[in-house]
Amino acid sequence: MEASIDPGRIESRQRAPLEPASAAPNDPILRLTGVGKRFPGVRALHGISLEIERGEAHVLLGENGAGKSTLINLLAGIYIADEGEITFDGRPYRPRAPTDAYRAGIRVVHQELNLLSHLTVAENLLFESLPQRHGIVNYPEMNRRASGLLAQVGLDISPTTPVERLGVAQTQLVEIAKALCYDSKLLILDEPTATLTSKEIERLFGILKRLKANQVTVIYISHRLHEIYEVGDRVTVLRDGQLVTTRPLKGLAIADIVRMMVGRSIKAEHVFREDVQVGAEILRVEGLRRSASLPPVSFSVHRGEIVGVAGLVGSGRTETMRAVFGADPSFAGRVLVDGTEVVIRSPQDAVEHGLCLLTEDRKNQGLMLGLSCVENITITDLAKVSHLGLLHRSAENSAASALVRELRIKTPSIFQTVRNFSGGNQQKVVVAKWLFRGAMVLICDEPTRGIDVGAKEEIYELLWNLAAAGRGIVVVSSDLPELIGICHRIVVFARGRIVGEMKRPEFDQHRILSLAYEEFEVEPSH
Amino acid sequence: MSQATDTVSEPRGQGGRWSRALQFLMRDAGVALALVLIVIFFSLTAPYFATTENFLKIFVQIAINTVLASGMTFVILTGGIDLSVGSVLALCTVVGALIMTNPDIPVVLSVPLALLGCMGTGAACGWINGFICEQWKIPSFIVTLGMLNMASGAARVVSNNSTITGLPQPFVDFGNTIIAGVFPTIFLIAVAVIAIGWFILRFTVFGRFIFAIGTNEEAVRLSGHSPRKYKIAAFTISGLTAGTAAMVYLLRLNVGSPIAGAGYELNAIAAVIIGGTSLSGGKGSIIGTLVGACILQVLSTGLQLFGIGDNFKPIVIGAVIVLAVILDSYRDRFLRTLETR
Repeated sequence: MEASIDPGRIESRQRAPLEPASAAPNDPILRLTGVGKRFPGVRALHGISLEIERGEAHVLLGENGAGKSTLINLLAGIYIADEGEITFDGRPYRPRAPTDAYRAGIRVVHQELNLLSHLTVAENLLFESLPQRHGIVNYPEMNRRASGLLAQVGLDISPTTPVERLGVAQTQLVEIAKALCYDSKLLILDEPTATLTSKEIERLFGILKRLKANQVTVIYISHRLHEIYEVGDRVTVLRDGQLVTTRPLKGLAIADIVRMMVGRSIKAEHVFREDVQVGAEILRVEGLRRSASLPPVSFSVHRGEIVGVAGLVGSGRTETMRAVFGADPSFAGRVLVDGTEVVIRSPQDAVEHGLCLLTEDRKNQGLMLGLSCVENITITDLAKVSHLGLLHRSAENSAASALVRELRIKTPSIFQTVRNFSGGNQQKVVVAKWLFRGAMVLICDEPTRGIDVGAKEEIYELLWNLAAAGRGIVVVSSDLPELIGICHRIVVFARGRIVGEMKRPEFDQHRILSLAYEEFEVEPSH
Repeated sequence: MSQATDTVSEPRGQGGRWSRALQFLMRDAGVALALVLIVIFFSLTAPYFATTENFLKIFVQIAINTVLASGMTFVILTGGIDLSVGSVLALCTVVGALIMTNPDIPVVLSVPLALLGCMGTGAACGWINGFICEQWKIPSFIVTLGMLNMASGAARVVSNNSTITGLPQPFVDFGNTIIAGVFPTIFLIAVAVIAIGWFILRFTVFGRFIFAIGTNEEAVRLSGHSPRKYKIAAFTISGLTAGTAAMVYLLRLNVGSPIAGAGYELNAIAAVIIGGTSLSGGKGSIIGTLVGACILQVLSTGLQLFGIGDNFKPIVIGAVIVLAVILDSYRDRFLRTLETR
């Protein structure tokens, strides 16, 4: 049954067949020459030159922030390249919108799912070319075709199921089935296996092999290094927005790949400050589980200590910190502050006990962008600057001014709206608001993301000063050199649990990365 | 402003004096300026517009909507909407009129009791709105739409579906009193309500939370506060002002009626929006709301004096509401470029 369906033969009503212009069959299908992309303050991609062969499965690797997503988004028409040339299938390729990518025959299955959750599976699968007559949808035909596609990815569900009733893995497979539905020439899969079980992964690999046999080119991104050997022909490693190497996977050891991914060397600037004394334990998390199916997590922080949390995006580091803070519910576990067990069911409880969370998403969760600097700072503890519910403006302003001065927040006035602040200054406002509340434990999630280099140094110095004042600090970061530069200890997350912990002299980028990628772990059976 | 100078700063393009003056004009005085221009325009062109009697009439007509809109401002600032104020007003007029016309209660007692009854009923309806929204996380649009119908039905039940007349004479007289030749008491009540609202929004912790929640509710939650009680309070205030507006209604029209207030909620929302408060919350002012209510009424009266018929008037007013929001979006964009320059 399964074998009889051939993705190459699936008809496409969406686009008129594009004759490959002048491409000889053994020309590369995709060629990038000197492609680059900048975002304000960041050079996300720089000088990428790469050739993808027709019908190959090309694996794209790199740490968080290495530029993988940017590259894919360029190909998908979501971002527009600033520099460089792209040729696809023998023609110059300059997508301005995702529809340009579809039309050229490029399909991307993004990591975050993009289905219309209220519609049925069949409607989602064939959304862009609904079988119809005079504008009336032919439902039997639609469901028949959808069933075929579902069988291909081995999904045993009715095509009339609403997508919102599917689990994450099933939804992911529907996304893949949707990409198969159009006879794409290039299929880009961004971490397709992150949510799949081993049986589903096997089936996916089967599909990919059939696609390859039909000369469909696949670009495959994965953080699971063991599995890339199953499907990949060649591998490209990105690091800090640049291409490190492109080479055949055959004969390449995982250790070699990890070595190539390891980021830049540690700069001298953020040298560890030895003078800060590590004191008594200030926060201890024991056996915290976010849900019944997830393993327990335990860690601790001492006064004056900066604890780094490394791990890939999605490894559970952010989620765990949010659960500790009470921002998301937790299933089980104990939290001890200064040796006393506390109950944290909401951010309110956490703040009561001196905890604070500097969220990853500063703009949407940390700040009230439309309000002024002073309003953002004092929101955490208005009781301190009010009497019987009446705000004491001058007390409020002078308290905010003092913090603005102390943290060297650059603003012409404390009444400026924080929307106009630079990333570094916005982050400082977030720190200021927690200092105003007198937080003793600062959990900082990606505190320097999107902040330029100079401001980063200031944030590090700030964290150090806070530690020196006896606070406990947790820094979650994707930037390994950053963690190695400023932390006493680093714990490594992978798949929702802590897979390793090391102390200052033992820090080793290669080892941390290997742990994060679970090189030394036995692949857990599902 | 003295605090501004003692911050350590590297001034980053605040623009010159002109730019700052322009910012003030656009941000804080824009709507008021529009009102002044409209008044001048009608004064110069429409016969009888600039007369004491006409202004008196406008002040009388503006009172109910101003009171309703002041409470509405709180709800809209938090990012919600209250569609129920019109029929809550109806219910409150019925309750108030029934208390005042009860022959067993002496006038001295019945009027304060009626005031209490009106405000209590309104506040209760508002609290229910807020509680349901927060408890079950239901959009306020739906909840208050439900309350709109329920309060309307309750007004019919309580009044036995009839208008209630015969309010005590001192009460009626008080409603007809004009102070300083041009200010009717009911207008002064409305101004007082606005003043109280302004004070709350500007000088209290509660007011700060209203703006903060409207700007970014999640940030408020992650700052260690529960937005719930503040949002429920905003709806309660809206109910409270609906009750107050019901008293103003009784003072002005001297009847309690279950069909009073139909469509009032939309006028109140229009006043708030014209006044520059953002429907998505977090931005706006209650003084703006007063000005917005004035603009609506001045336009209505002025157009009437122009001889534009009742059929065409809503077309113009509708267009003005939409225009106000369009101008507002331009103003925002313009202010942002001024600030970042």
